[in-house]
Amino acid sequence: MSIFKSLLCFSLGSANMVVAEELIGPGLGLQTPPAMLTQWNRDVFPDGTGLPLGRGTAREGEAVYRANCIGCHGPEGRGGSAEELAGAEHSLTGDPPDKTIGTYWPYATTIFDFTRRSMPLPNPGSLTDDQVYAVTAYLLFLNLIIEHDDEMNARSLPAVVMPNRKGFIDSYRQADR
Amino acid sequence: MSEQPLKALELNAKFEASGGGLLDRRLFLKQGLIFTAATWGGVSSQTARAEVERESWAKQPGKPFSNYGLPSDYEKKVIRWIMANDDAPGNGVSWTPLHELEGIVTPNGLHFERHHNGVPAIDPERHRLLVHGLVKRPLTFSVSDLLQYPMQSRLCFIECGGNSNAGWRREPIQTQVGYFHGMASCSEWTGVPLSVVLQEVGIKGRAKWIIAEGGDASMMNISLPLDKAFDDCLLALYQNGERLRPENGYPLRLLVPGWEGVLNVKWLRRLHLAAKPVMARNETAKYTELLPSGKARQFSFVMEPKSLITHPSFGHRLDRHGLYSISGLAWSGHGIIAKVEVSADGGKSWAEAELQEPVLPQCFTRFRLPWRWQGQDVVLKSRAFDETGAVQPERSELIAKRGRHGYFHYNAIVSWAITEAGEISHVYL
Repeated sequence: MSIFKSLLCFSLGSANMVVAEELIGPGLGLQTPPAMLTQWNRDVFPDGTGLPLGRGTAREGEAVYRANCIGCHGPEGRGGSAEELAGAEHSLTGDPPDKTIGTYWPYATTIFDFTRRSMPLPNPGSLTDDQVYAVTAYLLFLNLIIEHDDEMNARSLPAVVMPNRKGFIDSYRQADR
Repeated sequence: MSEQPLKALELNAKFEASGGGLLDRRLFLKQGLIFTAATWGGVSSQTARAEVERESWAKQPGKPFSNYGLPSDYEKKVIRWIMANDDAPGNGVSWTPLHELEGIVTPNGLHFERHHNGVPAIDPERHRLLVHGLVKRPLTFSVSDLLQYPMQSRLCFIECGGNSNAGWRREPIQTQVGYFHGMASCSEWTGVPLSVVLQEVGIKGRAKWIIAEGGDASMMNISLPLDKAFDDCLLALYQNGERLRPENGYPLRLLVPGWEGVLNVKWLRRLHLAAKPVMARNETAKYTELLPSGKARQFSFVMEPKSLITHPSFGHRLDRHGLYSISGLAWSGHGIIAKVEVSADGGKSWAEAELQEPVLPQCFTRFRLPWRWQGQDVVLKSRAFDETGAVQPERSELIAKRGRHGYFHYNAIVSWAITEAGEISHVYL
């Protein structure tokens, strides 16, 4: 454990600290070509970092949804075998609570990130960025968060304020204090 | 059922540790086998069966050697129980049959599974780990590279954040302990300390989180605080001495000791150093716990202390009166299990159980306690205490604090009611 702790000092210590850092591993990591970095990194952050070029509206997304999502998630995001995405009838304090994108998810960017990386289940990665923007817009529209013709793109999606944006308590940093 | 002679009852009183027939945990150690056999084991009125002197398997040569051994044909019922969506068979779980196992190590073929879109058939020659983001040198590692790095081994449990979630239901679930609590398993994991690779890429000062991503069809991503990464995380390559099983992340997984299973990313292909969490689906929509207030706990990483009696438990039946060895498991994501107490009278009195060595941090700990059952109605329970002072709560305490809709992080005390007939059911007390 002590080697970890001393490493922590090296790594997080002041930038002025002059340490002849000697590798404790064999140093076999290869330089990564910039093209690979762009290709592999698909993380999308709440501030929009990582969102690609492209665009889509709910009107366009409805067709994408019908072709790719309806089988498991049901018409209009509910009633399928997979989790309910829209159409909550009561709140988070109901018994049982009604957790949908509209009532629970704190960030709209998460819909894009998750859909692009993991969906649709039988054929993940098959949607174009425009299609992911469109189906994200459709899910936001089904949850009454945006209008039918609002365009979602790298600028407008992170600007969407989700209803449950302030619904989370950070247990980790709270425990630190 | 045979009654024990009076002599045993007198001894029973002498070694009684608490109500309901619990005996001193040191009984077996103190008295040794001879005493125990003479007192309790040697009084059976049954006659041993020995119909043939030489069984069929002792009259002919056995099977030849095997390249990879399998359990006895008589142990075929010891399997993982699978729960998945019929429409998406790769999205679900399989449970470790804790009620069939002893000791602390989970056999590799019985380690619990949670997959979001099936088990990928990864070619290790083609697999890469990319470490990038707020680093001085974004680097790519092959599996054969990582196998040349300095490694460490540690025994460690992995528990899904959703383990034991049936405990939130209004009625106690009647199922074997493994199918209630078996989204927890324990292995010896061997791999490269994550800190070694982080040192090689060089962390930039603003980095506070690592976003880990898997290389399966669902490519799940999740954010891990950087201080935990430096503390004790491993890039695991081996499980119980052999390379990881495909369903446990072959060829590379992240091991995050004591923290909820979803962070232990399997099929690990990318570590992205960032200033803030990515707010992935699995740290917002899932693996967060809704409280009665309507707010939800997020980043509740540590798996709190838990214990449960595996023998006897639901599905077993006590078919004789006399001496039993209660056996169970305890673990805590905070560290070492300091103590386990057992009650045989529904929690009115408690006796301290014997902890089987080794007792290790963030690891299954086996506890045992001798118990004499004379056919009385009893309720058996256990509670764990860890080295940080955290105590496993009663179910009523947990629900008072968290409500009933948190789904994740259920760690309340488990109660088994035993009837006069020796039948065992799960009860809430």
